[in-house]
Amino acid sequence: MFTTLRDLLRYSLSFRFGTIILLFAALLIVLSFFSPYEPDDRRAVARNEAPSSEFIFGTTSQGQDVFWMLTFAIRNTLIIAGIAVTIGRGIGVMVGMLSGYIGGMFDRIVSSIVDSFIVIPRLPLLILIASIMRGQMTIFALGLMIGVLDWAYPSKRYRAQVLSLREREFTHTAVFSGMSSWKIVIQEHLPFIVPFLLADIVSGFLFAIGIEVTLSILGLSDTDTQSIGSMIYWGNYYQSLLTNKVWVLIAPIGASIVIVIGFYLVSVGLSDYLDPRKRLLRLQVKE
Amino acid sequence: MTLLRTYILPRILQWVFVIFVGVSITFLIPRLSPVNPVENMIGRLTSFQSMDPEASNRMRETLTDLYGLDGSMLDQYISFWGRLLRGDLGPSFQNFPRPVNDIIGDGIWWTVGLLGTATLVSWVLGILLGSLAGYFPNSLWAQFLEKTVITIYPIPYYIVAFVMLMLFTFYIPAFPLVGGARGTPALTWDYISSVLYFGFLPAMSIILGSTAFRFIMAKALTSTEASSDYVRYAELAAVPQRKILLYYVIRNTMLPQVTDLALSLGTIFGGALITEIVFGYPGVGYVLFNAINSADYNIIMGITLLSIVGIATASLLVDMIYPFLDPRVRLR
Amino acid sequence: MSTIVETKNLKAYYITNAYGVERTVQAVDDISIAIQEGESYGIAGESGCGKSTLLKILLGSYDPPLRVVDGSITYHLDGKAIDAESMTLDEKRDLRWKTISYIPQGSMHVLNPVRRVRDTFHDFITAHRNVDKDESYKMTAEYLKELGLPEKVMASYPHQLSGGMRQRVTIALATILWPKLIFADEPTTALDVVVQRGVIQLLKEVQQKKGSTLVLITHDMGVHANLADRIGVLYAGKLVEEGATRTILDNPRHPYTKFLINSLPSLKDRGERASIPGRPPALDKPPLGCRFHERCPLVQDKCRTIDPQMITVAPGHRTACHVVEEELSHVPSV
Repeated sequence: MFTTLRDLLRYSLSFRFGTIILLFAALLIVLSFFSPYEPDDRRAVARNEAPSSEFIFGTTSQGQDVFWMLTFAIRNTLIIAGIAVTIGRGIGVMVGMLSGYIGGMFDRIVSSIVDSFIVIPRLPLLILIASIMRGQMTIFALGLMIGVLDWAYPSKRYRAQVLSLREREFTHTAVFSGMSSWKIVIQEHLPFIVPFLLADIVSGFLFAIGIEVTLSILGLSDTDTQSIGSMIYWGNYYQSLLTNKVWVLIAPIGASIVIVIGFYLVSVGLSDYLDPRKRLLRLQVKE
Repeated sequence: MTLLRTYILPRILQWVFVIFVGVSITFLIPRLSPVNPVENMIGRLTSFQSMDPEASNRMRETLTDLYGLDGSMLDQYISFWGRLLRGDLGPSFQNFPRPVNDIIGDGIWWTVGLLGTATLVSWVLGILLGSLAGYFPNSLWAQFLEKTVITIYPIPYYIVAFVMLMLFTFYIPAFPLVGGARGTPALTWDYISSVLYFGFLPAMSIILGSTAFRFIMAKALTSTEASSDYVRYAELAAVPQRKILLYYVIRNTMLPQVTDLALSLGTIFGGALITEIVFGYPGVGYVLFNAINSADYNIIMGITLLSIVGIATASLLVDMIYPFLDPRVRLR
Repeated sequence: MSTIVETKNLKAYYITNAYGVERTVQAVDDISIAIQEGESYGIAGESGCGKSTLLKILLGSYDPPLRVVDGSITYHLDGKAIDAESMTLDEKRDLRWKTISYIPQGSMHVLNPVRRVRDTFHDFITAHRNVDKDESYKMTAEYLKELGLPEKVMASYPHQLSGGMRQRVTIALATILWPKLIFADEPTTALDVVVQRGVIQLLKEVQQKKGSTLVLITHDMGVHANLADRIGVLYAGKLVEEGATRTILDNPRHPYTKFLINSLPSLKDRGERASIPGRPPALDKPPLGCRFHERCPLVQDKCRTIDPQMITVAPGHRTACHVVEEELSHVPSV
């Protein structure tokens, strides 16, 4: 595991950059626990101050320090995304792998169902759910919602992985040598699936963060909890753009862009590394 | 004909299934949520003025009827489908008694125009650029494009749209802040040019994101294709590069690209909605935004239903193109 | 007979360096062969012996990480000797199909699946001749007829043809411009025996019609027996024996060749077929000395440390083996 990380950090430019960005984000999250202000505090500091040495990102018209708000926002957005990814990938892995292993009619039916779910446009549904739940939304609920709608496409890929693994030589060998199916899955196949899962989880974060930001901006999530999207929401609510207090918006916008790019770079680095053609090049010369 | 049986019929069945499932989910959501939209609405109304119990009861009845929430679940379900098949999406609450169909109808053509053009342009552009980049991966401009795309692709639609709004309408007032066109709809150059003018930025914002996605997919597909046996063989035989690119590489990547287009229509549609909200473009997205803010559930529901049916159908149509491109599906 | 293509002490290695791991595979190590115009030369050997790599070099179609590290490849065309390494890409491409052609391994997939056969032919023909579509269709139809392939193949898509048919179409595609030098890489692998026969017939016909040179690469000694005039046996990147087909089949000198020939089933002999113990060595860390020494029943101390050089056993028959060298030195010269 650690050799993999070391290799990736050393040789993959995108992985390195991505990790740096994510570490930085993690740092900010840690800082959020040391914030001198509570996330809901209003009038904690002077209002509408432009960025200065005292307030790195300025303050809002409600008297909140934008920098410390941002630390909370990043933390919450990533928590929501984390919940969404866990649920989404959890369902996706189960459905995909079951479908791939069981095969036959079961697989065909499940695949058609999955394909149908992929076609259903997610945003309108999410908007519908969120607007009905308006005012009652919690972080957990939001994460759950997003996750429940993002399992279909990933499940296709896990199924494809399983299908190709099933046909590989070593699987046939294991079957012929009398290995139990369960053992085959855990000992032979999991080592291939786990790295794929990791790369997929990282890309899962991309979608989840994007959707959370979008929904929050529309005011459809828990507007009392700080998140990157809700910061933009409140920024718009108080007309930051038109009243020339744009720093309130730039911080969350900038953060969303940078973090999302960070995740993407990591996922690109990972999937390049996992690319079977490149893998051959990496094979260590065995003694 | 076997084509009909093995390909067309299953796709149509799937289309029916998607619509069925989508509509059912849309039906269930308001009814399963812990929040009762009727009470919610009444709560909102009484927060500004008090209502005597009689009036609020009548309001309750009216609302329940409006939202189709009376009767047992099964009754509701059946009447829901009944209304749907008649094309009746109910009345808007905010603009009572104007029917939802009308309100959505106001915006639908703007959305279709924006979405259609943006999808087409980004599709073609993305495939062209991505395929070239995949075939010539070591060229300078391919590397440059790839780095640029990597930065754009992961950014959520809203942010892209918003940043463009900030940059090009506010800081550099080159484009209008809101609106779809100037003047009354007519086939005059004045009107048409204003449509283009107002639509340029929103379209650009969608195109940016979609092209990035297409580019990445095209590049990946092309690099795989470029190492396939028949491409290598044709290259060996010194078949000119232009021909190889067009007829051997791109032609073959078209197949998964078409399939993927059918699947990603939902996402592009979502992006279009967001873009309209940001730019105040008078399409379905804008209608949706207003409906969200005024809790006009009928409109929200109507748009959701419409998008499910619309995207599913568009997806079906795109899938129908596939056999024309792949002789392995078309002929035995 | 004159040489049409030859290699001298050719060394071609795959050199890779990724994620900090450097690896050199000595796929073709010091090989010298001279192929004569108009003959059928067979290159025999197991998988991984370097024959595909040698082919790529002879074709002039190779990219990094494959590199020519030492030695030379020379074409003799139209009375001129051309060094392959000094040719530009355009010059190489100019030779393709008109002069040098290639029938690939896995002909299953070398035809563009979304293009009709006649259009693929058109693409390949117009790359080297200035003809319009009608003319190339005509050319193709005539040639296919000459080779005994049915007319309906023209308008078909590859997936509509059987494997054997596709293979034959590929042979037609590779030879339609009557190239002087044809390379065929495992043309009969993965085909059933009946179809194999048809393919072998076709190759023979094509070669005989215009007196082209055929270089045939396959591990299947039976195919060599049917088609080749001379055979060169490769093992672990080295040429271990070379001679006329009859000689190699009847009187192999190198222990490896002996094993190869003995493993061929014959109708008369019902005895047990011995297979060679062990496996070919990995070419990124080839063994010292003779590369076959780990599996050789006649191995001596010398074999473990000194690489045997090519010696002539008889006119037109040479091999690289210490044991054979010893034997020869004991035979009194006439």
